[in-house]
Amino acid sequence: MIKVNGIDIDSDGKSFAGKSIAEYLSTTNFDMKRIAVEKNGEIVPKAKYAETLLAEGDALEVVSFVGGG
Amino acid sequence: MSNIPSKEEMLDALVLRQGAQNVQKLQAATVAVCGLGGLGSNVAISLARAGVGKLILIDFDTVDITNLHRQQYKACQVGMPKTEALSQNLKEIAPYLQMETHFARMTEENTLALVAHADVVCEAFDKPEAKAMLVNTVLEKNPEQVLVAASGMAGFDSANSISTRKVMKNFYLCGDGSSDVNDGIGLVAPRVMACAAHEALTIVRILCGMETEIAKKECKNGK
Repeated sequence: MIKVNGIDIDSDGKSFAGKSIAEYLSTTNFDMKRIAVEKNGEIVPKAKYAETLLAEGDALEVVSFVGGG
Repeated sequence: MSNIPSKEEMLDALVLRQGAQNVQKLQAATVAVCGLGGLGSNVAISLARAGVGKLILIDFDTVDITNLHRQQYKACQVGMPKTEALSQNLKEIAPYLQMETHFARMTEENTLALVAHADVVCEAFDKPEAKAMLVNTVLEKNPEQVLVAASGMAGFDSANSISTRKVMKNFYLCGDGSSDVNDGIGLVAPRVMACAAHEALTIVRILCGMETEIAKKECKNGK
């Protein structure tokens, strides 16, 4: 099971294990310029989205910022 | 300006409200406020009133008439750099506050130098891309620095939907997470202030050692 923002993303039968964070993000509507990604409690540098692979048991948090301040 | 209380008188009054230990910790602290709009101007004033010793104020913009409904500026300050206008206003509120102002746009290149001496960095921008840039830059390059950010405070929804959560070590996020000014719902002063108050209180709690991770870090550093 791989969780993103508390939700299991592998629940539809397909698994993201072995896929990169960039590959996962490309399947979502997240705007790459507006997010910060944390994996298992550590920030993932933007430059490493393509090389950081997801593994069984990972918990990802994608913070997506909205406008206003 | 002749009847301004002395620094000692002001600190004594603050100690009565907040306690000597907390005031001591706040007085020793430096906070960088990044963006001086509806969030940042309110955060800065709250922190100054709470007794934070030094504020680093950063913004590239000037006061506009469309800012006056929610930002802590006066009508006579339209056209003035926000750094200058806010430091004027803060000086009247908290005459013994130390301030450093930077009339500059924050980028990946200059961010770390601008916030280097801050105990806590407050993200108070309005553009989501700028928010993400600051958060990613600080958390990637300076993971020991504590960051408090905000996302989602537009519109007329109840202030009860605004909250503070700890996303990870050293990273706190305030707001409702979703109400986007780009959806055309506008910004309403009290709701933006509620979010700014969440940020300011979180920063005060961090500086006073009331957030557990910080308390642990301080123990390790022998502070």
